[in-house]
Amino acid sequence: MLLNVKGLSINLATQRGTLSAVQDVSFHVDKGETLCIVGESGCGKSITALSLLRLLPASARLTAETISFNDLDLLTLPEADIRPLRGNRLSMIFQDPMSALNPLHTVGRQLTDVLLAHQHVTRAKAAERACELLLKVGIPNPEERLQQYPHELSGGLRQRIVIAMALMCEPELIIADEPTTALDVTIQADLLRLLKELQQALGMGMIFITHDLGLVSRIADRIVVMYAGEVVEAGPASAIFEHPAHPYTRALLGAVPDPSHPRMEPLESIPGTVPSLLSRDKTCHFRGRCPMAQDICNNRISLQTVGADHQARCIRVGAEDSQ
Amino acid sequence: MTPPLLELRDITHDYVVRHGIFGTRRRVRAVDGVNLRIGKGDVLGIVGESGSGKSTLARIMLGLLDPSEGAALLEGKPVSAFPRRGLAEKVGFIFQDPYSSLNPRQTVEQIIGYPIRLRDRGSPGSRRDLVRQTMEVVGLPERFLDAYPGQMSGGQRQRVAIARALITRPGLLLCDEPTSALDVSVQAQVLNLLLELRKDHELTYAIISHNMSVIQHMTTHVAVMYLGRIVEMDRSERVFANPQHPYTQLLLDSMLTVAPGKGIPELRLDTAAREAMRDHPVHIVTN
Repeated sequence: MLLNVKGLSINLATQRGTLSAVQDVSFHVDKGETLCIVGESGCGKSITALSLLRLLPASARLTAETISFNDLDLLTLPEADIRPLRGNRLSMIFQDPMSALNPLHTVGRQLTDVLLAHQHVTRAKAAERACELLLKVGIPNPEERLQQYPHELSGGLRQRIVIAMALMCEPELIIADEPTTALDVTIQADLLRLLKELQQALGMGMIFITHDLGLVSRIADRIVVMYAGEVVEAGPASAIFEHPAHPYTRALLGAVPDPSHPRMEPLESIPGTVPSLLSRDKTCHFRGRCPMAQDICNNRISLQTVGADHQARCIRVGAEDSQ
Repeated sequence: MTPPLLELRDITHDYVVRHGIFGTRRRVRAVDGVNLRIGKGDVLGIVGESGSGKSTLARIMLGLLDPSEGAALLEGKPVSAFPRRGLAEKVGFIFQDPYSSLNPRQTVEQIIGYPIRLRDRGSPGSRRDLVRQTMEVVGLPERFLDAYPGQMSGGQRQRVAIARALITRPGLLLCDEPTSALDVSVQAQVLNLLLELRKDHELTYAIISHNMSVIQHMTTHVAVMYLGRIVEMDRSERVFANPQHPYTQLLLDSMLTVAPGKGIPELRLDTAAREAMRDHPVHIVTN
């Protein structure tokens, strides 16, 4: 097991009180595997990713049973030992390539810096490696590109560079937070294919964070669906797409416009809004928006076993066949 | 024959760009010889990559931009001949980002009522009633009347934007990426609302989006733009079932529909492919 997270909770201190952003989240990623964390804004997916690199804001308080990466205990590892991991064995690709790149430095400087920070190589060797990677991520004339500044490049090129930067040290685990949502669809498909190929070639584990279920269906080996800071469903991608067990997962699938859906007919929408994370009550968090809610849903519920390696946080699991 | 609701005739638009403070001026063609018609009740989807001229076209349709060449006609009359307010009554618009398109210091009532306040018609009381009615139409509870945008969710804000666009009862609503800033479940709410409003109020839409699934779901006609030109235009079913232009084909190939295990499609995006797309004859069917 490459990464193992157990019982992760994150509380954020705000002016209005303590916000429980993530509650008792567990998942694991194996070598060469793609785990998709799926959910809508505010469900806690991004902050979960940041916590793995220990990049949480100062107001955040993290508790967990286990966060282990290979043989390292990320929970107790001192900050001085975390830094050499970031960008090296554990890399992150952020959503917005404009803010992930420094506008004051050339692309070449930013790419080589990653390698120079982690490995004993010469600047020339690092530049060579940067060229090699730019070619790999589909950028022709890499020597020229290395001399350019981020503003001289298109969004698609910038995101390719951010991907190249994350791969400079051949990480064991890569965390991608909606890396393609800001891009044109053609560029998105091209980049995703590239990322997937590189992942397979290098045997990297990948955590892919997104709300795009179409995309998830194409790349995920395993899926974690989050709602209001909790895992509501987890399991192999095939099981979740074939037999979604949690009403929220089903609702999300029904809400995506898809060619299989009759044109110009209403999509399934989820009424209501996400409950406040400031005061969690002791009920199922999805109860207020759930079409199947009943009295028994007023009780907290733990993840229930649906099938092999497949769990859902719903009282109805096993009580009836999924619809 | 009645003229189409909106017609663009041979529209070309150049932007002048200057390199550096003392640099040379250069003209960049954003829109190149575009012809299109939107009939009453149609939903025209406009798709294309960023920089293909979609938003320039939208600004021309709204009368916010005078094209370098050609004419935009609304109900057969040049858009430029309408007084600004008169045009605003006939064409409504909603933008991509409900976070930045609403004034954070105005209440929902002020925002939605602004277009009718501008016209200065009716009494404050009757205007308030009209705001209330419009809020009901878009499914906003009355308690939001005095709320500020900052107190609302993304979906609620987009409803405010739609209410503001509809309060003058325009016949045509132009939507620029109406749901791309929203979550999936909220996107479904907004799309359902747009479909419902169209049925109940006989609205005509022009929807700009790069989300092909949204376009397929929502439109009767599609115009595909590439490098400032419309390279394919036809009824949606036909475009999606049987694309004629290689760029349309590329767009359809890159759709990531829910298909577990299908993987990411392999696209040809090299220079040769781009040149082939540029030189391929256009396919335009108007009916």
